[in-house]
Amino acid sequence: MHRHFDDELRQLRGELVRMADMAQSAITQAVEALKNLDKDAAQRVIDSDVGMDSLELVIDDKCLDLIALHQPMAGDLRFITTAIKLNAELERIGDLAVDVAQRAIEVADKPLLKPLVDIPRLADAAKRMTGQAIEAFVSGDTALAKKVILSDSEADELKRRIEKELVYDYMVKDGSTADRAVPLLLAARHLERVCDHAVSMAEDIVYMVSAVVVRHHPEELK
Amino acid sequence: MIAALPMNAVPSSHGKGVLPALRRIPGPSRRRGIVQKIGFTALGACMAANIVFLGAIIFFIAAKGLSAISWEFITQAPRDAMTAGGVAPAIVGTLYLTLGAILFALPLGVACAVYLTEYSPRGWIVNVLRISINNLAGVPSVVFGLFGLTVFVKYLGFGVSILSGSLTLGILALPVIISASQEALVAVPQSIREASLALGATQWKTIRKVVLPAALPGILTGVILSIGRVAGETAPILFTAAAFYLKGYPDSVFSEVMALPYHIYALMTEGTHPEEQTVMAYGSSLLLLALVLGLSMLAIYIRQRQRKAYHA
Amino acid sequence: MHDAVIDYDKQMGMENFHPSLVKGAVGINSGSLCDAEVFGAAPKITARGVNFYYGAKKALNNINIGFSPRQVAAIIGPSGCGKSTFIRLLNRMHELVPGTRLEGEILLDGLDIVSPACDAAALRKRVGMVFQKPNPFPKTVFENIAYGLEVNGVTDRHFIEEKVVDSLKKAALWGEVKDRLKDSALGLSGGQQQRLCIARCLAVEPEVLLFDEPCASLDPISTAKIEELILELKREYAIVIVTHNMQQAARVSDRTAFFLMGDLIEEGRTDIIFKAPRDRRTEDYITGRFG
Repeated sequence: MHRHFDDELRQLRGELVRMADMAQSAITQAVEALKNLDKDAAQRVIDSDVGMDSLELVIDDKCLDLIALHQPMAGDLRFITTAIKLNAELERIGDLAVDVAQRAIEVADKPLLKPLVDIPRLADAAKRMTGQAIEAFVSGDTALAKKVILSDSEADELKRRIEKELVYDYMVKDGSTADRAVPLLLAARHLERVCDHAVSMAEDIVYMVSAVVVRHHPEELK
Repeated sequence: MIAALPMNAVPSSHGKGVLPALRRIPGPSRRRGIVQKIGFTALGACMAANIVFLGAIIFFIAAKGLSAISWEFITQAPRDAMTAGGVAPAIVGTLYLTLGAILFALPLGVACAVYLTEYSPRGWIVNVLRISINNLAGVPSVVFGLFGLTVFVKYLGFGVSILSGSLTLGILALPVIISASQEALVAVPQSIREASLALGATQWKTIRKVVLPAALPGILTGVILSIGRVAGETAPILFTAAAFYLKGYPDSVFSEVMALPYHIYALMTEGTHPEEQTVMAYGSSLLLLALVLGLSMLAIYIRQRQRKAYHA
Repeated sequence: MHDAVIDYDKQMGMENFHPSLVKGAVGINSGSLCDAEVFGAAPKITARGVNFYYGAKKALNNINIGFSPRQVAAIIGPSGCGKSTFIRLLNRMHELVPGTRLEGEILLDGLDIVSPACDAAALRKRVGMVFQKPNPFPKTVFENIAYGLEVNGVTDRHFIEEKVVDSLKKAALWGEVKDRLKDSALGLSGGQQQRLCIARCLAVEPEVLLFDEPCASLDPISTAKIEELILELKREYAIVIVTHNMQQAARVSDRTAFFLMGDLIEEGRTDIIFKAPRDRRTEDYITGRFG
């Protein structure tokens, strides 16, 4: 039976996908700005965050409407509460992209410390995990979501490698590189946080689809 | 009478919308108002005719009989070969017979109705019983009289008496009471019975404490109807209870009794002095009417009180 | 710790016969992340292998379900699914309709109540019922409540008076009718009449209360009052409520059973049923996808 409500849910889904797209492109552009020392590109990323902020408010409001007016149950209820959480996570991912852009501005006036290799790799992982999470959300694919959760260890490993390199190979050896190394360190941390948010999203999605709680219960990931 | 709506499209002025344009539904037309008026007038005329008939009867009887009514007429026994005195014994006799009939028919009739509605299996048995009861109602009253004569007077040996008369009249009243009681019982909502049973009451307790009290107004309606019927019957009491001229008042249920309907009949057919006795007959008729009306009023009053008590 | 959790709801259909208590169990994926719950003790009234026929038509198909004391169990389902039919078996009200046949057992405290040896009137004293449309007797308020006591043989006037007051208080109606005890019950509003019917039920001291869509004919405020009342009564009685209003089932009950076309599709904790039902049909019904 067709329900008007289903149309609203579909619309909500679409808006979350849009949010995710915006988040992903923000990450991409921020890391590009970092790589290319492009202040203008970085500034553009910062400016466009406002779009994500207002979309977040719209989605939040829409979710509240659906709860108040439709008293959703079971699967619908889990969908909407998950949407609220994904909304928050995606907005924070956007904020983290802004943070990376600010790090880019900080290093833009100085020569590049080293050709960036791992940081873009970490950024790719972050983008990929976010993209997979949102895809799992749209298609209800718990296997994909679980993959995202499991790939967090890879992201963590990347971040550790970057930190080790920047600290021991650069800052410890030559203290004056700190002003260029620290922003890179922080950018790596930001990107790893993005991965954490993607993992959190994936955990919510697993609950939404199968009503199994995997957060803080890694044994359920079988 | 709504005019038929033409569903074929009549081009509407704005031409939008998917529905074919309908002609506007006609509002109340003057023609329809006139038809209504005619209808109500006709109904009113019928009602008036009813009242006219009733009024005519009362008027006729009253006009001819009022002159006979006096205190003496109502309270004294007849004397001088029915040319003077009163009809008090007949009044008393009619009262006894009527009340006796009700006393006999009411419990029996209500019990029968209770059995039919509450206990009997559904289906063809109930229908057979119902048809039998209705047929009983259709038996001519003179046949009742003969039946009463044969069974009560002769076979059971009660003789011509109040007892025989009451029993015969009771059987006459039975179908009326059964029908009215049945209807009243059926009208009690099933939800009340369920509520009672759900509290742990047995079916009999439910009937006694909930259903019957609720059905009482309807049952009393049956009583009212039967009073009218019974008080005025002549043929059933012809052979079983009534006598034309008795010396005094009845002293037991086994004595004969005078009765107003029979008295009227006797005055008109066996009377020896037509002039005075005709007037007395009309007077008796008037009294009979008054008696029936009085008893009915009493029953209606009781019913009203029951209705108020039980039906908020 | 997880191993020690007896995953009740993973054994669907069997949990009703587990008399054990599960103290300290945090039902993670069998339930919510809320505090430990004490499940009800042995069921008070149970249906086992119940099949029910109206003449040749089968209305209920192999129903197995139990209801525990001090819990509210809701029965939901679309029209004609058999939920009203089922609840009427629990106090043998189905016997009022000729031509019906009941197979299986219905046990009250372990004793079969459907067998002819069990007295229906005595059973109905222990298992009370409140109907869809309020049905007070056309008598005074006092007489309505005293009726149940009188038909069960109580004659002590003083006791009856006390019981009437007590029942009206329990039904949250005392304040509204204490000056109107001698007035006709039919003069009360719909919501008041229904609470009167509840008080009437309570007067005979039942152990189980059956509510057959009790708020179906009431306005929202009266409905809310009666739902509050049910939550209060839960402390003393085993309550089974049939409702077509899912939100009501969600608000009021501890356990919910979903009937569909004479079958019991799913039964479980209310929060689980409404957050994550196991059966697709339950999900479709709860989310309103039924045509």
